[in-house]
Amino acid sequence: MEQGTLRVSVWRGDAAGGAPQFYEVPARANQTVLDVVTHIQREIDPSLAYRFACRVGMCGSCAMEVNGRARWTCRTHVKKVAQDGTLELRPLANLPVIRDLATDMAPFFDKWARARGTFQPKDAPDGAVPAEFHIVPPATPKRQAADAGIECIGCGVCYASCDIVAWNPEYLGPAALNRAWTLVNDVRDGARQERLAVVAGDAGCHACHSTQSCTERCPKGIDPSGAIAGLKRTLFWNVFGVSR
Amino acid sequence: MSTRGGTHLWVAQRVTAMFLAVAVLVHLATILVAVRGGLSAAEILGRTRGSAAWLAFYAVFALAAGLHGAIGLRGIAAEWLGWRGRGFDAAWLTIGLLTAIFGIYAALGLYAA
Amino acid sequence: MRLDPRPRSHPTYVAFLVHRISGLLLALFLPLHFWALSQAINGEAALEGFLRWTDNAVLKAAETMLVVLLAAHLAGGLRVLALEFLGWRSSQKTLVAASAGVSLAAGLLFLLNVV
Ligand code: SF4
Ligand code: SF4
Ligand code: FES
Repeated sequence: MEQGTLRVSVWRGDAAGGAPQFYEVPARANQTVLDVVTHIQREIDPSLAYRFACRVGMCGSCAMEVNGRARWTCRTHVKKVAQDGTLELRPLANLPVIRDLATDMAPFFDKWARARGTFQPKDAPDGAVPAEFHIVPPATPKRQAADAGIECIGCGVCYASCDIVAWNPEYLGPAALNRAWTLVNDVRDGARQERLAVVAGDAGCHACHSTQSCTERCPKGIDPSGAIAGLKRTLFWNVFGVSR
Repeated sequence: MSTRGGTHLWVAQRVTAMFLAVAVLVHLATILVAVRGGLSAAEILGRTRGSAAWLAFYAVFALAAGLHGAIGLRGIAAEWLGWRGRGFDAAWLTIGLLTAIFGIYAALGLYAA
Repeated sequence: MRLDPRPRSHPTYVAFLVHRISGLLLALFLPLHFWALSQAINGEAALEGFLRWTDNAVLKAAETMLVVLLAAHLAGGLRVLALEFLGWRSSQKTLVAASAGVSLAAGLLFLLNVV
């Protein structure tokens, strides 16, 4: 069912620069922002570059800036975000642009690696499957702290919303630190101290100023800001020789 | 840049913050009482002159405030001006300690005046 | 640096900005404050002379502002400490509101007492 027209401004360009271009897209009921972008690419201008895969909020590839805020576009309804029938779409902030709405996620995931975001089994350091299953009771505080952050889809919305990333390019950012915090709380993991060491200091959790923009924007309802506070707390007691 | 340095400065800022939280409450309460009927030197010095307790309080207060402020400025300068590195860290630490010494000197004045 | 208010309008971001600006101004004011107090080294008369010099409307307004800044920075600092050390999460908006309340109250008290 058609319901008038949406006026959509889309940032077009590449690493060298760009400018917004305007499109008119038929408005429909239950239309998502990703539907709008797809319409432009299929019906109006096939040269438009953007990224998506699952369309159901699982893969984390479709994030963009919609009317000034980073969002996952496949699960964002137009009627929730359009202002007077207009949409303003830009590539995610704080990341290099490849072309149009597609950003280069490499720096983002490089920082996950730097924050030691990979699980390292305690009893099989070489990455082999441990012989015995670990029993981690769901009610234990550590398990719950890990559970709170484990559903991250790596969309980069928090990273693009964090001013500290913009002001301090070395900063690991909310997603990588949230990942580190889940692993710090994973009792099966054997790299706790090394991980705590790499997430400390001016490029790590201590750069965060608790603006909670990440928590505010995360489409999965994750609280990276709280995770970072957990890292700070753990490192604080570490300095005094108290392991928590 | 040493990440450890960042951690220790952060710890110093939070430890001073915890002390300052209490000290600032005392300070605000003192201000609110002191300004009743106008501020006068006689009133201030009547409280602080010869009082070792106030001297100790203000000395620790000045030390904490000097360090806390300098570490805060260091963070702002790094993010908004791009001033980073060991040289700047040393400069901020010096500024913090100098401010603190200046404050302790003033506290001594209030004690001895 | 793009300064778009739309992604920065949530209460906790404003709390961060207030905390940073108040902290910046307080840190710059601190040496001045110590200098003023150090007048006491030269005796009561010197301190009294300085205090009488501050008895004008402009400086009184500045003093009130400093008290509000100090109260605001204290309140914002308690918010940060609660988040970092007590692991407070969901009550973030309440924390911000409480912070604003405390600093306003201190400023008002100061004003009421001065006039
Ligand atoms: S809380 Fe920390 S990580 Fe999250 S947006 Fe703010 S500064 Fe960035
Ligand atoms: S924490 Fe949330 S916003 Fe950040 S990458 Fe993960 S899912 Fe996306
Ligand atoms: S397309 Fe997979 S999360 Fe949006």
